[in-house]
Amino acid sequence: MHPKHWVKAANLIADDISNGSDGVVVAHGTDTMHYTAAALSFMLETPVPIIITGAQRSSDRPSSDAHLNLINSVIAAKSNLSEVSVCMHGSLNDTYAYLHKGTKVRKMHTSRRDTFRSINYEPIAKIENNIMKINPHYEYIKRNEKELDINNSIEEKVGYIKSFPGISDEFIEYHIDKGYKGIVIEGTGLGHVPNVLINSLKRAKEEEIPVIMTSQCIYGRVNMNVYSTGREIIDSGVISGKDMTSETAYVKLCYVLGQTTDYKEVKELMNKNIAGEFNEKSSTKYFLN
Amino acid sequence: MDWEKLGLKMGLEIHQQLNTDHKLFCQCSTKLTDEEYNEIIERNLRPTQSELGKIDRAAFQESLKKSNFKYESFDYHTCLVESDDEPPHSLNKQALEISIIIGKLMNMHIVDEFHTMRKQVIDGSNTGGFQRTGLIATDGYLETPYGKVIIESLGLEEDAARRIKTTNEYTEFRLDRLGIPLVEITTDPSMHHPKQVQKVAYMIGQVLRSTNVKRGLGTIRQDLNISIAKGARVEIKGVQNLDLIPDIVENEVKRQLALIEIKNILNKRNAEVLDEIHDITKLFENTNSKILNNANTIKAIILKGFNGIIGKEIQPGRRFGSEIASYAKKRGVSGIFHSDELPAYGITKEEVIKVKKFLNIQKEDAFIIVAHDNDTAINALEEVKRRAKLGFKGVIEETRKSLDNGNTEYLRPLATANRMYLETDIPSFKINKKWINKIASNLPELQDEKKERIIKEYKLSEDLTNQLVRILESDRFEDILKDVKVDPTPVASLLAYDLRDIKREGYDINLLTNKHLKDIFTLFKDKKIAKDSIKKLTIATIQNPNEDIHKIAENNNLILLDSKDIEKIIDEIIVKNEDMIKERQMASIGPLMGIAMKKLKGKANGSAVNNIIQNKIQKLI
Ligand SMILES: [Zn+2]
Repeated sequence: MHPKHWVKAANLIADDISNGSDGVVVAHGTDTMHYTAAALSFMLETPVPIIITGAQRSSDRPSSDAHLNLINSVIAAKSNLSEVSVCMHGSLNDTYAYLHKGTKVRKMHTSRRDTFRSINYEPIAKIENNIMKINPHYEYIKRNEKELDINNSIEEKVGYIKSFPGISDEFIEYHIDKGYKGIVIEGTGLGHVPNVLINSLKRAKEEEIPVIMTSQCIYGRVNMNVYSTGREIIDSGVISGKDMTSETAYVKLCYVLGQTTDYKEVKELMNKNIAGEFNEKSSTKYFLN
Repeated sequence: MDWEKLGLKMGLEIHQQLNTDHKLFCQCSTKLTDEEYNEIIERNLRPTQSELGKIDRAAFQESLKKSNFKYESFDYHTCLVESDDEPPHSLNKQALEISIIIGKLMNMHIVDEFHTMRKQVIDGSNTGGFQRTGLIATDGYLETPYGKVIIESLGLEEDAARRIKTTNEYTEFRLDRLGIPLVEITTDPSMHHPKQVQKVAYMIGQVLRSTNVKRGLGTIRQDLNISIAKGARVEIKGVQNLDLIPDIVENEVKRQLALIEIKNILNKRNAEVLDEIHDITKLFENTNSKILNNANTIKAIILKGFNGIIGKEIQPGRRFGSEIASYAKKRGVSGIFHSDELPAYGITKEEVIKVKKFLNIQKEDAFIIVAHDNDTAINALEEVKRRAKLGFKGVIEETRKSLDNGNTEYLRPLATANRMYLETDIPSFKINKKWINKIASNLPELQDEKKERIIKEYKLSEDLTNQLVRILESDRFEDILKDVKVDPTPVASLLAYDLRDIKREGYDINLLTNKHLKDIFTLFKDKKIAKDSIKKLTIATIQNPNEDIHKIAENNNLILLDSKDIEKIIDEIIVKNEDMIKERQMASIGPLMGIAMKKLKGKANGSAVNNIIQNKIQKLI
């Protein structure tokens, strides 16, 4: 799935909805499902549910999870919850599925049926025995509350770098030299990179290339104020990805750079909650659930 | 019965678990467990189409049951591969090697490349809904007293999950057995005599047991294919006892002959299975039959011209009605009632007349009743109709289950080729010729050959040899004898019997190395210890595995005294008992032996002591 395909998918879904569909189920491969889910969340405002689903065990085998996932996706697509979400097995059992918010979900296991998990969040609904129960703590967008709107311009040239102990500033320099329009750095811990990167980050700031910091911890919120290096990183213009997954941050940067190329505006949009990609409040329930 | 005239043809399919360190496609142990499971996983299975777009008829019948499956899973004993939550790991080479050995022992041609296939099985016994299987070898043979028997194929596959319990709502399996490597050996269907099949099954068992396979209950399973010229191929699953084979064959031939007879009668009578299902619940409003009284609905169908047929015996104690009932049972009823057996089961003669009148049937007609809730009763009667109609065809291709009394019962339709397709998760594995040749030049001895050789070479008794070979101690026995030229019988009896006792007494016999055993028997050979001390010294060695053997023997007072020391002790005894000797003369040997042996226990041979005492007494009197 290249970012181009997100645009294509968004267009087709928008066509379907304007042609009268009361809900849309998108069948998708699981490896990049969460990227697409985030992309559709940013690009579409929808009056009907858009459910993305797939299978961890291919449908050519009698034990395929496709069956339960599809049936439950259709139930979700007929529901009142008008958002982009991912519907997949909730456990190893063929008994119930979870609905995960499109911007807060991630593939967490290479092969298990219940690979998709809500990260820094909870599943927004559970579907069991043909009945969908929406999480009572979740304030959802209702059917027809919004009008169909599509905003499908995106920037494809966004870099995605994982920090590691032996990293050198060449990684950042390379992306700047090659004309990348934005960079997501998956830092360590609260959002750190080794000191050796500071100068290259300052260069990115001077050249007005937005840099977003996320964490390779996967769970938890980025906070660069705690250590001195972090404060140096902030001074170098790096934007906190807050509690977004790195994948959602990457997709959001592609989307935001599609809306504006103005450095200041990009910064503003990155700090704005567009599709529920941030949570200002954390909860003890949001870890390894 | 004249087997030849009937055109009896039989083939065997034998499944044997291999004794590998881990499973065929994952690293889990091949040992079964009775520990409490850690998790239950609930699943459903659905038939999928073959590459040609067809659904296998056996899989389709199974899917009509809409079963729920529960799997007992373990945190450490099983893994995600068994629960179908992780792709299979690569093929177990040890299993492949054992399979090649078995193939070579049966003179088979080994394939160049092993391809893993999926065989669809949706009865729940495989979490994926298929069994992984592949062809290892073809075109072999075994020489038997009845001539050559062709071994058609040798497959290597995964064993299924263990069925733990079945309820109305679900079937529960344990994942411990799923994935244990299994060889499947198929003979061609050219055997014509029941005794021959029994012999061939025995011989294949002999071949298997000379290799690294699992032993004990449930580790080997025999299936039998039977047909007669006018009948059809029937596969009988799960023959446990080889001695039962002749009975099973005879009963199956009887069944096929009876079904052919039924077919002829039905056609002659112009019989007919009527489609309509009648509700006769009202007729039994005041019945004394408990089963009918408890049922929500009672339904019936009419079988025109079937009178007497349903009650006809087709196997000892089993009627055509039993065949029909076994189809109905697959739809959740516990049985059927048919007019040939009524009145019975609390149903009165008057009630039978009432039913016949209501259904408006004639003397030559029959009816079948099912009592259950509405949907189940209808489903069951649809199966009854299907089976009754198959009566016009004679014998049906079926998979049947072997029962303990030599009879068989319907299990499912015979599977078709539509259930096989390629396993895409596992690359094919090239079997190189050099490897095969290396294996072929180093094949194990067959069990019977080995026994005969050991009896001849070591002059052991047949009983002792059988036990030694059966518990797989013959290699160790020969290893000891190779290095220590000692009387073989005490070595064999320690390995075959005493070790088991020692283990039972709570000692860890795994601490005993071949070196320990050789040291013990060297002491025995050199007459340093008595035969009776071997077991004691073995236990003492287990308790001090790092101590020098001579020291252990000494510390436990097991070292034989030399004849001078023995004489000294005996002299002392004689001096003390002089009066008695004088009085009783030679008759004093008995009491003196008793006193001496008590003192010399384990340190002198009885015969030597006896000789010395005799000499001394003679000198004295
Ligand atoms: Zn395993």
